[in-house]
Amino acid sequence: MMESLMHSIYGVMDAMFPFAWASHTFMKHAFLAVLLVTPLFGLLSTMVVSNRMAFFSDSLGHGAFTGIAVGVLLGAVSPIASLVVFSILFSFLITYIKNKSNASTDTVIGVFSSTAIALGLMMMSHGGGFNKFSSYLIGDLLSIVPQDLAALALVFLFVVAAWACIFNQLLVMSINASFARSRGISSFRVESLFAAMLAVVVSISIQWVGILIINSMLVLPAAAARNVTNDVKGYHLVSVAVAMVSGVSGLILAYYFNMAAGATIVVISAGIFFLTLLLKPYLVR
Amino acid sequence: MFRNILHHHADSSSDCAKLCCTRIEKFGVKAGRLVIFEDVDMHVHCGQLTALIGPNGAGKSTLLKAILGEIPHTGKLHYVDAKGKHTGNPVIGYVPQYLRFDVSSPTSVMDIFMACLSRRPVWLCSSKKLRPQVVESLARVKAEHLIDRRLGALSGGELQRVLLALALDPIPDLLLLDEPVSGVDQNGLELFYEIVAELREKEDMAIILISHDLNLVAKHADQVILLNKRVLASGTPDEVFGDAQTKRIFGMMAGAPASSAGGPEKGGVA
Repeated sequence: MMESLMHSIYGVMDAMFPFAWASHTFMKHAFLAVLLVTPLFGLLSTMVVSNRMAFFSDSLGHGAFTGIAVGVLLGAVSPIASLVVFSILFSFLITYIKNKSNASTDTVIGVFSSTAIALGLMMMSHGGGFNKFSSYLIGDLLSIVPQDLAALALVFLFVVAAWACIFNQLLVMSINASFARSRGISSFRVESLFAAMLAVVVSISIQWVGILIINSMLVLPAAAARNVTNDVKGYHLVSVAVAMVSGVSGLILAYYFNMAAGATIVVISAGIFFLTLLLKPYLVR
Repeated sequence: MFRNILHHHADSSSDCAKLCCTRIEKFGVKAGRLVIFEDVDMHVHCGQLTALIGPNGAGKSTLLKAILGEIPHTGKLHYVDAKGKHTGNPVIGYVPQYLRFDVSSPTSVMDIFMACLSRRPVWLCSSKKLRPQVVESLARVKAEHLIDRRLGALSGGELQRVLLALALDPIPDLLLLDEPVSGVDQNGLELFYEIVAELREKEDMAIILISHDLNLVAKHADQVILLNKRVLASGTPDEVFGDAQTKRIFGMMAGAPASSAGGPEKGGVA
């Protein structure tokens, strides 16, 4: 069933994009993956930036070192499955300690982040086999297979549904935690759920985008959008648009110039960010 | 002991059956081994404004957060409505001291109302249905013209009025104002207090206000509580400002509001 579905999608894409880049199956897969994953980055990015969680999402990427290493050492499970589970636990732990302790948030995150990198590197370097992990540092968008796409589609549905449920509460929390509390919002619950969503999206895309630049996908779209919008609807729309446009154009450019797709996408989003910075005085009331 | 005597003489601790009231018994909060405050008893009635005064670090903001339930605390909160029934938890409105949010955040006043009032996510929600209700809420604080402004583009006074409007929708039983006008200019400050005074008269709610502005406290409050780790004095403004402990903590300035002389320019005491 999956195969016939994929074949009809290939047919549609061949009709829509009669270009050289779209004639390869791996490019078709990469293109579909970009269409599924970049809107998620665009959505999540709005609250990562508004709630000042850029450092937190960065630490999720760093935590991936340990997650992947554990997976490889265990052998029985795929590194990605172990990474998803590890990242969710890691994000809960940070959220929990952050809420319990008096230490400032960036200190707590800094401690966890560096511990996770160190642990991961220690395990990866065990027996001198570090090279087999280096693909995770840069990622490879062209290695996507139909099974990955099915997993992505599931994650896409899950994240959009969860986002619709918790967005209002996140927005109120971004204004003031005590005020949110007076409206009956449990900060810890909402924050944990958001952290878990981030963890899932980050860990599932790390194999394609790479540990080194994954965080820029979560920061740049909203950072650009907030320069040119005045309300939440516009903020979402522009953030998703920036993520998708840079995703698609980055993938195509990377194909023609033979570069790493993830990095190209990030450079294009960064370009859009600087453009919005110039437009800011004219568009923000 | 002194505290207890004063507390029982305060007119607010009289019969609880007639009006709705909130009674706070033996509230205490600790951070690790450090006692933030302990043994706090308070009694606030609907239609009354209770001012909480005290030096910095006295535990005033923490007390409000404990009442909100944000911080774990010892002691109990009893709420009794006008019919004399224990209804458990009062609806609490809260206006924070200052906002630690990014002023460049693209969120309009309408957005934040929609986030509070609607279950649909703001990015999917049509604003048409809620708009009349929001305008009405904002009119209560004379801010209906601000509905489409970005939160970051509001002045301090405007922002506090918008937050007050949010805290008043739905109308709470207990309204907590945590130094609502710190850092607000003179005009904004007077307008804010005017609105609060109006609320006290029109709406059936108890208001607890933290303020460093003793002049305004003397003018608007029905009950004043002096807090410094524990309740040092409580009663009418005259009683509390005449108290030796208040004079010691606030120095010369405590005399000013009682004699309704000018007082310090900015009203800041701390």
